[in-house]
Amino acid sequence: MIRPDAELLLEISDLHASVEDQPILKGVNLQVRAGEIHAVMGRNGSGKSTLSKVLAGHPAYRVTAGSVRYRGRDLFELEPEERARLGVFLGFQYPVEIPGVSNLEFLRVATNARRQSRELDELDTFEFEDHVREKLQVVQMDPAFLERSVNEGFSGGEKKRNEILQMALLEPVVAILDETDSGLDIDALRIVAAGVNQLAGPDNATLLITHYQRLLDEITPDYVHVMAAGRILRTGGRELALELEQTGYDWVDRELAAQGVA
Amino acid sequence: MTSVSTRDLVSQPYKYGFVTDIATDKIAKGLSEDVVRLISAKKGEPEFLLNFRLKAYRHWLTLEEPDWAALGYPAIDYQDIVYYAAPKQPQEKKASLDEVDPKLLETFEKLGIPLNEQKRLSNVAVDAVFDSVSIATTYKEKLAEHGVVFCSFAEAVKEHPELIERYLGTVVSSNDNYFAALNSAVFSDGSFVFIPKGVECPMELSTYFRINSGDTGQFERTLIVAEEGASVSYLEGCTAPMFDTNQLHAAVVELVALDDASIKYSTVQNWYAGDENGVGGIYNFVTKRGQCRGARSRISWTQVETGSAITWKYPSCVLQGADSVGEFYSVALTNNCQQADTGTKMVHVGPRTRSTIVSKGISAGRSSNSYRGLVQMAPSAKGARNYSQCDSMLIGDQAAANTYPYIRSQQPQAAIEHEASTCRISEDQLFYLQSRGIGFEEAVSMMVSGFCRDVFNQLPMEFAAEADKLLALKLEGSVG
Repeated sequence: MIRPDAELLLEISDLHASVEDQPILKGVNLQVRAGEIHAVMGRNGSGKSTLSKVLAGHPAYRVTAGSVRYRGRDLFELEPEERARLGVFLGFQYPVEIPGVSNLEFLRVATNARRQSRELDELDTFEFEDHVREKLQVVQMDPAFLERSVNEGFSGGEKKRNEILQMALLEPVVAILDETDSGLDIDALRIVAAGVNQLAGPDNATLLITHYQRLLDEITPDYVHVMAAGRILRTGGRELALELEQTGYDWVDRELAAQGVA
Repeated sequence: MTSVSTRDLVSQPYKYGFVTDIATDKIAKGLSEDVVRLISAKKGEPEFLLNFRLKAYRHWLTLEEPDWAALGYPAIDYQDIVYYAAPKQPQEKKASLDEVDPKLLETFEKLGIPLNEQKRLSNVAVDAVFDSVSIATTYKEKLAEHGVVFCSFAEAVKEHPELIERYLGTVVSSNDNYFAALNSAVFSDGSFVFIPKGVECPMELSTYFRINSGDTGQFERTLIVAEEGASVSYLEGCTAPMFDTNQLHAAVVELVALDDASIKYSTVQNWYAGDENGVGGIYNFVTKRGQCRGARSRISWTQVETGSAITWKYPSCVLQGADSVGEFYSVALTNNCQQADTGTKMVHVGPRTRSTIVSKGISAGRSSNSYRGLVQMAPSAKGARNYSQCDSMLIGDQAAANTYPYIRSQQPQAAIEHEASTCRISEDQLFYLQSRGIGFEEAVSMMVSGFCRDVFNQLPMEFAAEADKLLALKLEGSVG
């Protein structure tokens, strides 16, 4: 939903970032307002995932230039956990397994950390169990997953559902979903997409990072951005995704060559 | 227990490092036959005990300090140690706590072990040992109603000499090894527990060991006997002040379980570990062994080892009785320059005996953490089974973890299983937790306590939470 007067949640300006001294992002500009759904597309290596990691604060990525303002604050002055508490959420492409740490306990601690920053009461073990059972329905997840260690032995689809469950619990302001569709069969994809649609509202925004059109069949973006060589090369509406589906990314190479980048 | 959060705790230094200023009756440094006789005389011991000490001392002179452990430390000068130190007070143990030096009571209160009637722990009986002597034992009368004897070792020698004579040295003989022989010669005090036939001990028993003097060795001796069908849960805790010299601690613990008896022995060891450069700290050389003498008896060791500069310790079970069960659950955490070589021995003698070993080693800083364990199946151990699981967790990239499992089987029908794993807390795991709003230190402590859960579940309830906090505290600043 595009409303030009809606709150500007995320303002990315000329963002440059490196990993192991290798520049990956080379001047990303993007503005995200409340209520919007953005899709960031592009080939492997275009910088999509790096963008999501930089926004969440992964220590392996170094910001070398530019700025990101989140609801008016300098995002890079905040530790990763502070960003999360303030409502920035990253749904991981490859959620890690954390043996020994109970999923239920992890979800409770995370939920309470976020609730605290919103000045809501913390939930005790019993209150949280009721709360989480309600949210499980969003992703049609078996309660048995709560009893296991975080992501341990979960299938690819189960891990992604666990990510969306976390999103449902944390109620983020800006949700960045990094290739949430990868490795999902069509049924799982529909469940995950339905969850995302259910959680999207006028006060929050979603940034979908994806390779393929098929996720966008389920979630309708307001904007589609095509990334290449660490920058956003083109921005359009949902028709841009359909165009990509038909023509592929070859035009990207031509455009980059024309700009003397590739 | 207090509700201080892990976050508050991780920023604290070793909080038990204070010294109590109290007049001490100390003998001169050095070890000789005269010193052994002097210790025995000071304690007014019967002849059998003096002979036990002398035999041990003479044997010790023939032994060499073991060097097979993966530990490095400068040679210990056994003549530079005080072998007996006691806070000055009249010979007889106080009849009531009112007569105990208030400084001592205050010391234990500071350590979280209040001894007086109003404040003491409600369902735990405590024997408090300060340097070489026991200061007080709580709930003695209540335990006596059930026929349970719980007192200092010295007191037991006076009041139950026949039990001491019958059981002392029958599990760990005075010539068992270098440090056990040394302990047998010069041991000062410790705890004695006797649970008579058919009695289930009505409360947790606990001994709290405190080293106070800077140049004194601590050599305590613990003996626990559970008669037929008896059961007991016992916990020991240890702290010491911070000195920049090393103190020697060489204890011996013997457990005896008769038919159908069960002994659960838990340790939370938090001796001073030395500073971040490895200066100071306790040298902890301990021999702990339990004998499942009777059929269907059970001995379970749970240890949380977080302190000491050097740890050399292998709580073991000799499974003699048919169908007896031995268990060993261990968390050993080393940080900075600490070194630990610890594990267990499960010696299966009786038929259908079973043992379980779960060891979790966590190494941080520049520390070294080794698991060393022996599973032995005697020809008579028909149908015996063992399961071992040894997991190591590395924090940072300068710590070392080693596993030395020894398996000896002379019984073709015995089953032995061993699983081992090594993991490192990865940047990605920490980032994942952080990206969900969980702070860095809390993320580490969540992962460490998750790693240790199998062991913490074995601890008495009120101590499991403490153990969790202790680990978080010990890991302060070790990551990142």
